[in-house]
Amino acid sequence: MSDTYLNTLLFGIYPYVCLVVLLLGSLIRFDREPYTWKSDSSQMLRTGLLRLGSNLFHYGVIVVILGHFAGFLAPHWMVSPFLSPIAHQLLAMVVGGIAGLIAIVGLSMLIYRRLGDPRIRLNSRKWDIAVVFMIWLQLLLGLLTVPLSAGHMDGALFEALTSYVKGIVTLDMNASSYLIGAPLTYKLHIFLGFSLFLISPFTRMIHIWSGVGALAYLFRPYQIVRTPQTRAKEPIRS
Amino acid sequence: MKIRAQIAMVMNLDKCIGCHTCSVTCKNVWTSRQGMEYAWFNNVETKPGIGYPKDWENQERWHGGWTRKKNGKIVPKQGGRLSILAKLFANPRLPEIDDYYEPFTFDYEHLQQAPELPTTPVARPLSLITGRPMDKIEWGPNWEEILGGEFDKRSQDYNFEAVQKDIYGQFENTFMMYLPRLCEHCLNPSCVASCPSGSIYKREEDGIVLIDQDKCRGWRMCVSGCPYKKIYYNWTSGKAEKCIFCYPRIEAGQPTVCSETCVGRIRYLGVLLYDADGIEKAASVEDEQDLYEEQLKLFLDPNDPEVEAQARADGVPDAWIEAAKRSPTYKMAVDWRVAFPLHPEYRTLPMVWYVPPLSPIQSHANTGAIDSIGEIPDVRSLRIPVRYLANLLTAGAEGPIVTALERLFAMRIHYRQRQLGEGDGQAVLDQAGLSLAQVEEMHRYLSIANYEDRFVIPTGHREESEDAYGLKGSCGFSFGNGCDFGPPHSSLFGGKMGRRKLHPERPLDT
Repeated sequence: MSDTYLNTLLFGIYPYVCLVVLLLGSLIRFDREPYTWKSDSSQMLRTGLLRLGSNLFHYGVIVVILGHFAGFLAPHWMVSPFLSPIAHQLLAMVVGGIAGLIAIVGLSMLIYRRLGDPRIRLNSRKWDIAVVFMIWLQLLLGLLTVPLSAGHMDGALFEALTSYVKGIVTLDMNASSYLIGAPLTYKLHIFLGFSLFLISPFTRMIHIWSGVGALAYLFRPYQIVRTPQTRAKEPIRS
Repeated sequence: MKIRAQIAMVMNLDKCIGCHTCSVTCKNVWTSRQGMEYAWFNNVETKPGIGYPKDWENQERWHGGWTRKKNGKIVPKQGGRLSILAKLFANPRLPEIDDYYEPFTFDYEHLQQAPELPTTPVARPLSLITGRPMDKIEWGPNWEEILGGEFDKRSQDYNFEAVQKDIYGQFENTFMMYLPRLCEHCLNPSCVASCPSGSIYKREEDGIVLIDQDKCRGWRMCVSGCPYKKIYYNWTSGKAEKCIFCYPRIEAGQPTVCSETCVGRIRYLGVLLYDADGIEKAASVEDEQDLYEEQLKLFLDPNDPEVEAQARADGVPDAWIEAAKRSPTYKMAVDWRVAFPLHPEYRTLPMVWYVPPLSPIQSHANTGAIDSIGEIPDVRSLRIPVRYLANLLTAGAEGPIVTALERLFAMRIHYRQRQLGEGDGQAVLDQAGLSLAQVEEMHRYLSIANYEDRFVIPTGHREESEDAYGLKGSCGFSFGNGCDFGPPHSSLFGGKMGRRKLHPERPLDT
């Protein structure tokens, strides 16, 4: 089995498997098992470190995720008039590094709370614990790429990564070839990242969709009244 | 004007004996499930006391209900939409389960299975959260029952505002009353307004406020948003749950379980017609003490032909209009003005109202004489301070409470005079501003309290909202997919949180 074969499997095909499972799995869960769709908060059992940890983690990770979208998917003509490739990379390293640090500090507090407090520990499912460790590892890998990038300030590696992500999104069948020769840390980060997509529909990660959906709250009236007629359209479950 | 109808409840606190039958029957029907052990859709508090959850009335702490901005608009006290979204990751005003109480059971099994021991085996308390033994049960659903605990703690009661409370700590001045509480099914619910998912809604046809369990995402902003703390987070299912006003019974024309089983016959259910277009304005008045009157103005006279025509035009069924004409809640709240909303200052326009309780005359023991004003004893000399009741029911306005207490007294004095042949009892009625017909009706409803008078509930029109053929063979009231209520089980999509078994410690067993 050649390296290219493995590279294509893990970075050319696996991402699509993950994305399909993410989208289809979420859709099926939303449609068939809406009662299981929730954020699964444990705050009311004991708040403790959650107040600080959860805010640090969530706000940090939101910046990180938006940064990934903006950094990798914004077309050239939007970015190049304002930022040179090197400035772009520097911006990503600084903003991503700080937000990533905030997120991992917050998540470490959340892990400590989840495992250290018997109330939370005993009421956690296996996946609740697995997910936080996976995200923690992912944040760590992401942070490790910052010093790595500092050694590649010519922008070539950054360009290759951007081409890869754009290639995945634009269904470029040769996308995985951009990663040949990329440092292992990046590869692990990408693999684990897609794996997080893969498990999302089956874990509490599903609430990310709802967090985005909650933005609709900004535009609705405070009061909601349902008539018998609107209720008649609700599905009957049995 | 847009007329809608609601089944409203009134509780006559004068007759509540604090037996908790309402709470227990409600619990057995609706909340005897894992994750909801600590939750009581209906509970009965002894007042004065800090209540359940602890200190629930203190909105400086919980930020429930609405607040009026300088520009006259009202927003949820916990913040506007953007502010609520910013707090999704950790709700700063969420009560912890210990603010209610840590749910517990006892190690009953040990009583049967203990080996021979030097001492009698005991059943130690076990936490229902961890399954592990608890050293001591520190708080419970009704910890302050009949003034349990020291006065210092109970006197933290929010309703002592502007009351010289120190003297009520003395044994001979002490007073108490019961306060049964459930979801208020408000006209202007702040839980609905606080929900980022839009899962909570008010039903147009009967005013019942429900949480769509399939749409709730467990953001828990409603728990802090409700000033009555009557939304409970189910820590096993991750969804919020609340009193459903027994809507399957209401739809069938039956009273709620708490009302049906009330042995004191204190609960009344009847239709109120209200002007839905006036809600926001009524809830936004500047002076909190005007909120009671403003809410009263929303209730429309069902005997007014114009109201009747408009109600019919707005789709209120004929049976509901007829029921509104015979509504016990309308009589008590509007005709006789003896019922009041609980904490109108929260600006939610609650729809469970209370008749304030009479109490023994305070100065009687001291002076040997009763202070009277005309025919009626001075209600300010009652053991329960008028101001305390006013803080509970009218945002501190004493006038309406005094009038109501005088009317309740007048009814008693009038009937005593008639039955003992001491006259026609007209003077006392004149003083209380009641007609003979009114007092006779008050007597029938408040004292006799026949079942048919207490509950005037028109049946719902389910045929408009559901396809009975489609429901054939389905599993009735259950959560999610599947019909079972068994222990937490896993599925492809996660299953429930929650401990699966108890872990008692029996150190003496060998």
